[in-house]
Amino acid sequence: MKKRISLLFIVRRSLRQHALSTLITTLSIALGTGLVMAVIGIKSQSVAAFTGGRIGFDAVLGARGSPLQLVLNTVFHLETSPGNIPWAMYQTMKDDPRVELAVPYALGDNFHGFRIVGTTGTLFTKFEYRDGVRFQAQGGGRFFDPTRQEAVLGNYAARKLGLRLGDNFTPYHGLVFDESMRHDEQYTVVGVLEPTNSPSDRVIWIPIEGIYRMEGHVLRGDGEDYVAQPGQEIPDEHKEVSAVMLKFRNPQIGFIMDATINKQGKVATLAWPIGAVMARLFDKIGWMNQILALVSYLVIVVAGGSILASIYNSINERRREFAILRSLGARRKTVFAVIVLEAASIAALGVIMGFIVYGAIFTAASAIVRAQTGIVLDLLKLHPVFVIAPVCVILLGTIAGVVPAVKAYRTDVATNLTPIS
Amino acid sequence: MPLLTITDLQKAYVSPEGSQTHIIDIPHFEMEEGSQIALRGTSGVGKTTFLNLIAGILGADSGRIIIADEEMTALSESGRDRLRAIHIGYIFQTFNLFAGYTALENVMLGMMFGKGIDAGFAQHLLERVGLGDRMGYRPSQLSVGQQQRVAVARAVANRPHLVLADEPTGNLDRHHANEAIALIREICAENNAGLLTVSHDEEILGQFEEATDFAQVNRA
Ligand SMILES: Nc1ncnc2c1ncn2[C@@H]1O[C@H](COP(=O)(O)OP(=O)(O)O)[C@@H](O)[C@H]1O
Ligand SMILES: [Mg+2]
Repeated sequence: MKKRISLLFIVRRSLRQHALSTLITTLSIALGTGLVMAVIGIKSQSVAAFTGGRIGFDAVLGARGSPLQLVLNTVFHLETSPGNIPWAMYQTMKDDPRVELAVPYALGDNFHGFRIVGTTGTLFTKFEYRDGVRFQAQGGGRFFDPTRQEAVLGNYAARKLGLRLGDNFTPYHGLVFDESMRHDEQYTVVGVLEPTNSPSDRVIWIPIEGIYRMEGHVLRGDGEDYVAQPGQEIPDEHKEVSAVMLKFRNPQIGFIMDATINKQGKVATLAWPIGAVMARLFDKIGWMNQILALVSYLVIVVAGGSILASIYNSINERRREFAILRSLGARRKTVFAVIVLEAASIAALGVIMGFIVYGAIFTAASAIVRAQTGIVLDLLKLHPVFVIAPVCVILLGTIAGVVPAVKAYRTDVATNLTPIS
Repeated sequence: MPLLTITDLQKAYVSPEGSQTHIIDIPHFEMEEGSQIALRGTSGVGKTTFLNLIAGILGADSGRIIIADEEMTALSESGRDRLRAIHIGYIFQTFNLFAGYTALENVMLGMMFGKGIDAGFAQHLLERVGLGDRMGYRPSQLSVGQQQRVAVARAVANRPHLVLADEPTGNLDRHHANEAIALIREICAENNAGLLTVSHDEEILGQFEEATDFAQVNRA
């Protein structure tokens, strides 16, 4: 035990004596380890967030087209809308006893880049974005009155836009912000939602009627152009929705609807199950992640090589030191152990700093993911890579130490005790 | 029982041309427990080789070296390392201190592979050699004479039975050299260690009761 501590003492001192190369090799190990942990950690969490929980709906019904586009557009509020479907389809779904919940979305406007989604009050009263958890208005706020020009803001949107209860704003036409596309209608913020850490945080919710009545909006629910007139009720046949968000009473209904709507039908697309649609996306872009992972593995290998090279190069100048140690009674294998321990220590230090690198990359990446999608990734969420990567890197560092250690092991004592004169 | 018994010790080097050069051929050599012996020899006669053989740093070609009842020549390299760690202290002409370590740490390193580190004893030794106020200094911050004293303290740090001194004053001026020899002799006596000094310097050798010609010991 005492001897181990003494060896570590020698190792620590020698690391300090070679501070610069220790620092550089440690940093490169930290970078590699941090990268690997970040790439794998972020991927695993994004996949989980985009394909699994925190969605609350089973399926999305929308215009005929790509289910992926439909899901991205309605669940994640990204991408453009593939088009609209008639109000009647929403009605059918709503009245279908197999459907637990049907929520219509009408898209087409934004406010400074944050999407305005027209919907019904059902979203607030029935929809659970997580099991058992509904949208909640923050102190003093409420949900909108479907007949008035009122808006409920997702938490992130409210914060970024600086909008509070009672503030007014005017929507802009289109999903992308364009100064010149300002509508004339004024909307009043009546509620700000509690954070959900989901894409909904970036959405501005208004009554679906509001979308219909927004100046310049043309409805084509029955194929013909119709413009809503103030004070007049809009006949249902003219109404249209961008999508209907669905929750089924049981999973089998998804199968049946998939068959009737996607396979036999021709007018609409049912994106189901949402998780699988997104999983296909991740499968498609998996190569990107593989490249990132590969690059970070390479960084680790190069870092391991730099441990090897820097220690190897220092052996010559340290031969006398080894010889003195031997003259004091140290065995060859002790000298060997010192060098291997030195390499392992650099790797271990690098791994510790790697967690800082991971934290930095993760924080930056999750800020981007959050700004783009509203999904919040959890820095401290455990993943096996946090154990596997450090163990492998320390192992690699130890192995890298073997080559210079062999060189040190071979140091001849007698010839290195007397300086060459 | 003698501290050191050497019989028929032989060592040859392979010269760069490939031929064998016999450096050591010692039929008999003996040292009593606690005794102090000085060997005289000019450069190149094999003094350092001799001490390295006794220390087990070099393996002998043949013959026996017995230190404190253990046969160095019968052991493997790591066995010799262990024996050296326990029984032998070594003072070099060039001191061979660790540049990156303080005086105190240098002395403690001298204990590390033997009976274990005893910081109190290390401090005591540095005080004994007059470096009580220099313990935290590195070799580069010490004068040559002070460095030598650190080396002396280190040589007895593992409480050895035998201290080997190879031209121990080579880098010191006359005055300091004489002081150093006196100190080495005292400290070895105080710690019950025998002392085997080799040197070419008559003045150094003159400080011992008697100095033997290495040529009388070594027939090679
Ligand atoms: N590793 C070696 N290989 C070959 N010859 C050596 C080696 N080490 C020492 N010698 C030779 O052995 C002789 C004795 O060397 P050494 O023991 O250092 O003498 P001294 O210490 O008395 O000056 C010298 O002639 C030297 O050249
Ligand atoms: Mg010599």
